[in-house]
Amino acid sequence: MGDYIAIVILVGLAAVICGAMVSLSFVLGPKNTTPYKQSPYECGVQPLGDARERFPIKFYLVAMLFILFDIEVVFLWSWLTVFKNADLAYQTFSFGAVMVYMVLWIIGDAYVIRVNAIDWDETTSLHPAKLGEPDPAALPVTARDLELVGGAR
Amino acid sequence: MYNLLAQTDGNGLAKRLAEAFPPPTIDWPSILPIALVVCTGIVALIVEMLRPRQNNNAIIGFSLVGLFFAGLSLTSQFASPDLESFGGMVLRDRFSLTIQLLVVMVTGLTILFSDGYLRAKRIPFGEFYPLVLWSASGAMMMASSKNLLMIFLGIEVLSISLYVLAGMSKTETKSEESALKYFLLGAFASAFLLYGIAFMYGATGSLHLDAIRSAWNPNDEAFRNMMLFGMGLMLFGLAFKAAFVPFHQWTPDVYQGAPTNVTAFMAAGSKIGAMAALWRLLSASTTNVDLGATFQSYWMPALFWIAILTMTVGNLVALVQKDVKRTLGYSSIAHAGYILVGILAHVNNPEKVGIGTTVFYLLSYSLMTIGAFAVVSLTAKNGKEGTRFEDLHGLWKRSPFAVGCLIVFVASLIGIPPTSGFFGKLMIFNDALASDLMPLAIVLAVNSVLSVYYYVGIAKAAFVDAEGARTPESAPMNLGLAATCLLCAGGIFAVVILFNPLMNWLVGAP
Amino acid sequence: MTTFTVLAIVAVLAALGVVLFSSPVRSAICLVVNFFVLAFVYFILNAELLGITQIIVYTGAIMVLFLFVIMLLNLGGPQAWKERREFRTVLGFGFGAALAGVIASQLITHFREHSRPFADDGYGSPQAIGRVLFTQYVWPFEVASVLLLVGIVGSILLAKRKL
Repeated sequence: MGDYIAIVILVGLAAVICGAMVSLSFVLGPKNTTPYKQSPYECGVQPLGDARERFPIKFYLVAMLFILFDIEVVFLWSWLTVFKNADLAYQTFSFGAVMVYMVLWIIGDAYVIRVNAIDWDETTSLHPAKLGEPDPAALPVTARDLELVGGAR
Repeated sequence: MYNLLAQTDGNGLAKRLAEAFPPPTIDWPSILPIALVVCTGIVALIVEMLRPRQNNNAIIGFSLVGLFFAGLSLTSQFASPDLESFGGMVLRDRFSLTIQLLVVMVTGLTILFSDGYLRAKRIPFGEFYPLVLWSASGAMMMASSKNLLMIFLGIEVLSISLYVLAGMSKTETKSEESALKYFLLGAFASAFLLYGIAFMYGATGSLHLDAIRSAWNPNDEAFRNMMLFGMGLMLFGLAFKAAFVPFHQWTPDVYQGAPTNVTAFMAAGSKIGAMAALWRLLSASTTNVDLGATFQSYWMPALFWIAILTMTVGNLVALVQKDVKRTLGYSSIAHAGYILVGILAHVNNPEKVGIGTTVFYLLSYSLMTIGAFAVVSLTAKNGKEGTRFEDLHGLWKRSPFAVGCLIVFVASLIGIPPTSGFFGKLMIFNDALASDLMPLAIVLAVNSVLSVYYYVGIAKAAFVDAEGARTPESAPMNLGLAATCLLCAGGIFAVVILFNPLMNWLVGAP
Repeated sequence: MTTFTVLAIVAVLAALGVVLFSSPVRSAICLVVNFFVLAFVYFILNAELLGITQIIVYTGAIMVLFLFVIMLLNLGGPQAWKERREFRTVLGFGFGAALAGVIASQLITHFREHSRPFADDGYGSPQAIGRVLFTQYVWPFEVASVLLLVGIVGSILLAKRKL
């Protein structure tokens, strides 16, 4: 516990300084508000809509993947603290264990990249071949398709 | 503190730790089946990554081959002695090998009929196969350990894959509802289980069931209370996973909403895993006289009533269902009750009643349930799926073979003599009588009679002619589905014909 | 002991805040405080790795997810959270209180006799856990990596794959 006193002091200092900055400017600062001042600043333009907008699910997916990798790192960290000074038997054994772990991690990573999970556009639709149907891109263009394209214009 | 590990004197923490925790003994064969199943899942995922624009046949091929080798490595260990390795985390005994073999079989059968169904539903994601395989590996981990930590991790691997698979059909509200319900309630049940494990660990300082048993001390009141709470909370969690009444409310909704092949795996694989964990937990108490007596006086009455409720409620509610998958869901609840009777019979009188009954019933139950769900999956077409009784109408014209198999499954679910369902129930009935659980035996018999009505209803629906307006097109019967039906229906008779050699092989001499 | 009492009171107040505030963002902030204080509780119990993990994973990452959910669902303000008072709510509170009461009545007196407010020095240090995790608990460790892989594939299958 004694080793962490410094960190506790640091956290305490940070809290005091941040708290002081926010609260003192709130208490001491002049308050001269008009409705126009209170409105959100949007490059001088009239604000549009609500500040609380719905987020796309992509943000959530990225955050979720981040958490999964975060948890993986926590395990590795406890290993690194002990690995350097440990005996050889432990070093070889745990190295093998961590390698297995890392391989699974890398496969997960490769999958994430392969299915474009962190890309921002939607490119992961199911290929028709999975359904046992011909690939529309491989089919010859018919007169009807051209007609449809023309119709769209 | 930070420098303790670098100290070289004899009292350094590093030295003490190194002495206390040397690398564990390793027995590769005992984890080989699980490793094979996990690696098969990884291979399936890599195949999907390499060929995202082609059909799933290669993935299925790899999965089935991997499962075959996992089964082979399991059967090759049947003669090996019982052994615990990896610091007591992995246990190889006859029970674990048998249960793992059942899980491998169930997974293989599910994968076999999945692709046609997923294509008909227009959700043939290649990721389905890795997730099912990993889920199966979770059930195998639960069966192959006496360590509560491993049982918990196994449940999590099993369930988290299933939460995803249940919601795989994303365009259907029902599927999403099913996934969300399963996830929320499942997480709640896991929390109960974990809380119970924490109590047990707090009382005994160990997670290993043997160590917990030998630490039992009925005179220490605090200890006894903690153990009883821990046991109770753990039973909540496992009863949820095994869908005992009153922890069953999720079952019909989830079974109905999830894709049918996932439901089949859930009904068979997940139940096998939960029953294996329950069996481990309960049978740990039987070999210690004091603990056994305490268990008898506290938890036996509760489980006794849970068994009665599970059988009765499952069957009674199934009578009024309009949906085939819901009916089969309630039927699986009732069957969970029958299996619980078998387990209780063993716990009540471990000398007379062995594990043979439970294993045989799990085997026959998985065959008939997977078969029945496989036939029901025939109703899917062009991304839509009707699972009401009307949707089975006219099936006998479209696919006489499937209906023939359905009759076998229904007969076995009812328990009509030449099928394995009959012998399973008979064995549980006998066991219940042998261990003085007469009331349970009677309830079981009465419920078997009750269940005839709705099971016959399923078979009858397949024979009614389809009305003109609802005439479906030809059924998407495919090779995999036919193979699954054939294997399940054949298996139902085969396990009866080969009863003695099979039981000798699976659980050793009775 | 006094440190623990102070931390425990703060943690309980923050937990109450999570439940009682009607604005989801305020609840989330209370949850941050609760996670943070819990990390300190772990520290004074000498479970250092657990405390740091708590801060990194829960206060850091899980809270981000919570805030995302609040934004994803667009839970506007308090008015979105008006729930009907149902007899089920009361029943739920009743059962919860009863369970807590039963457990407390049976165990608290014993816990007071047996309790040890902290573990031995170094018991929960990263070194000790690293040692144990990669020897005694190496199989659960590998299983955990399978679990994480399931998490990655599953979340992508649900969130990203389109029909």
